[in-house]
Amino acid sequence: MNTVIFRTIAPILVAIMVVFSVFILLRGHNEPGGGFIGGLIAASAIAIYGIAAGVEEVRKALKFDPIAIAGFGVFIAGLAGLLSYFYQVPFLTGLWAYLDIGPSKVALSTPLLFDIGVYFAVLGTIAAIALALEEDEEGK
Amino acid sequence: MAADKTNIVENNELPVAMIDVATSFADWLIILPTTIALMGAALLIMLRFNKAIQAGLAILIVIGIIILEIRLFLNVMEFGTQSMTMGKWLPPFGISFTVDVISIGFALAGAIVTLAVLIYAQADISSREVKYGFHSLVLLLLAGVTGAFMTGDLFNLYVWFEVMLIASFGLIIMGGRKIQLDGAIKYGFLNFLATTFFLISLGLIYGLFGTLNMADISQVSAQAPIGPLTAIGALLLLAFGMKGAAFPVNAWLPASYHTPHPAVSALFGGLLTKVGAYALLRSLLLIMPSARDFLDPVITFLAIATLILAPLGALAQTNLRRAIGFLLIGGVGSVLVGLGVPTIRGVAGASIYIFHSMLTISALYLMAGLIERIMGTQDTRKMGGLYSASSWLSILFLVLVFAVAGLPPFLGFWPKLLLIEASLSQGDVWLVVALVLNSLLTTIAGTRLWAHIFWRAGPIGENSEQQNKKLKPLTLREKYLCVTPTTILVLFIVFFGLKPAMIFDAGRMAAYGLLDKSEYVEVTGLADPTKEKVE
Repeated sequence: MNTVIFRTIAPILVAIMVVFSVFILLRGHNEPGGGFIGGLIAASAIAIYGIAAGVEEVRKALKFDPIAIAGFGVFIAGLAGLLSYFYQVPFLTGLWAYLDIGPSKVALSTPLLFDIGVYFAVLGTIAAIALALEEDEEGK
Repeated sequence: MAADKTNIVENNELPVAMIDVATSFADWLIILPTTIALMGAALLIMLRFNKAIQAGLAILIVIGIIILEIRLFLNVMEFGTQSMTMGKWLPPFGISFTVDVISIGFALAGAIVTLAVLIYAQADISSREVKYGFHSLVLLLLAGVTGAFMTGDLFNLYVWFEVMLIASFGLIIMGGRKIQLDGAIKYGFLNFLATTFFLISLGLIYGLFGTLNMADISQVSAQAPIGPLTAIGALLLLAFGMKGAAFPVNAWLPASYHTPHPAVSALFGGLLTKVGAYALLRSLLLIMPSARDFLDPVITFLAIATLILAPLGALAQTNLRRAIGFLLIGGVGSVLVGLGVPTIRGVAGASIYIFHSMLTISALYLMAGLIERIMGTQDTRKMGGLYSASSWLSILFLVLVFAVAGLPPFLGFWPKLLLIEASLSQGDVWLVVALVLNSLLTTIAGTRLWAHIFWRAGPIGENSEQQNKKLKPLTLREKYLCVTPTTILVLFIVFFGLKPAMIFDAGRMAAYGLLDKSEYVEVTGLADPTKEKVE
């Protein structure tokens, strides 16, 4: 696995995958995609980088502990639900705001915030599992 | 999260309503305990390398939850059942959280037990386990338990079961000893099996009724064909019976609950099996009573078998925490009695019993942890002489034994009295015999433990007359952190035993709530039975 070709290509591949995962996350509201699948793609990017560069390197690049990232995801998903308190509507009600940026209209919503939470929760959990498995492999 | 074009906020206006009543803070009390526990678990796992603040933050969060739940409890006692349906979708499409007396009563007891366990655990767990997220897992378990008690949707109940399962896997292997892995496999396999049976029955329920909202099903279950309905009821009885450790699917409990830290044992004993027992009451009394009527002989048989066999198991045990596990199972038998005689008294008895068992069993496990700490072993044959070392502990233990056996004046006596009255009025003499026999056998098993641990001077064998020299006295820190929460739990048991009026009121309201579904259905927002069912 640890060939020169793979090690050279891996960073480019990882960058593309992470950008693509964010794209998938953002289009997910009305089209195929969303936080879960986006998080999975991002986690596979991290796993690939782990195989190419070693787990130590990935942990340094991630800055945060993967489990903490998952916790952050759950936390902001909960926050997305609590926001509806200020509008006197039930928990988890979708709230929308439209921003006019130039000619286009950007829809911001609590479902999007929730989905970002799902993205981080999936990313963190799967990345933690993948890195732990790769670490085992390296230890042998 | 499907988009709904009518549900759009522009210029900060309120959206066109699906539910058009404004949601007040009182409604938010329904969802806040679960949400705060879940978000607290997430926050603590984010800060898991910051070991110093973990315990304090976790305890603060649980205290906050207890305060909110007391408010909610008072609201429910005053204004009746409360409900909130998520995301403004009308039920049965939105997930409902519907809180009646039984829900909030158990949730409150669960939070109090969790607080006691968190304080106790500070002397029990290592700093390495704090880093592995002990406090976060405890809060996650509390979130799962609270959610399971409060949800008004069967599939949502399944989700909370999964949340509990994840948290409990983490907690049961914390420490990483070989015996814990052994216990975790037995615990995990059977609980997975139980949740799978539950999931299968959910599929059948959705196929039969086209809905998973509890209030919605309860309206139509009486007209359903009895064959499939009974099959579903039997599957649920198996699944929740396994979760609650009723005979004959109880073997996993004594085989696994003695392996983790005593604090974790207390948490599991106080919360997990009770959720199974609660789900039994909720599903077979409120949601599909006709299935219960059909299964009545089976339930009666299971109740009698559980009541009598469990304390016999406790008598045969020489491992302290395994013996307590069997006493816990005996209590599940009492709950099954309430399920077998669905009168106000019977169901109130079962509800109060669950409440009592949450406090008592947790306190017993915490007590066992203290005894093991002093004795340095789990084996009662090697114990002895604790009475002269600590008379206070011996009093606490004896009170707990009497409470779990159902002797007056402690809390355990009142639910048993109600259950016996209910069984007599229904003419179920065998249930009465089993209940009384259970109390007798539990007293024998419990006092036998007491005699071996406290009364006998030294370990079994030649030296049993000489004072045990191997006792390791508690440090001051252990006294504060471990004895205090145990004592407070015991004081609760004594207090409610001496002043049972409040408990009786709550129990009666809980029983009305389960036996008469009209309020539950109305509050959820599904009152009109002529309403056309979609799907």
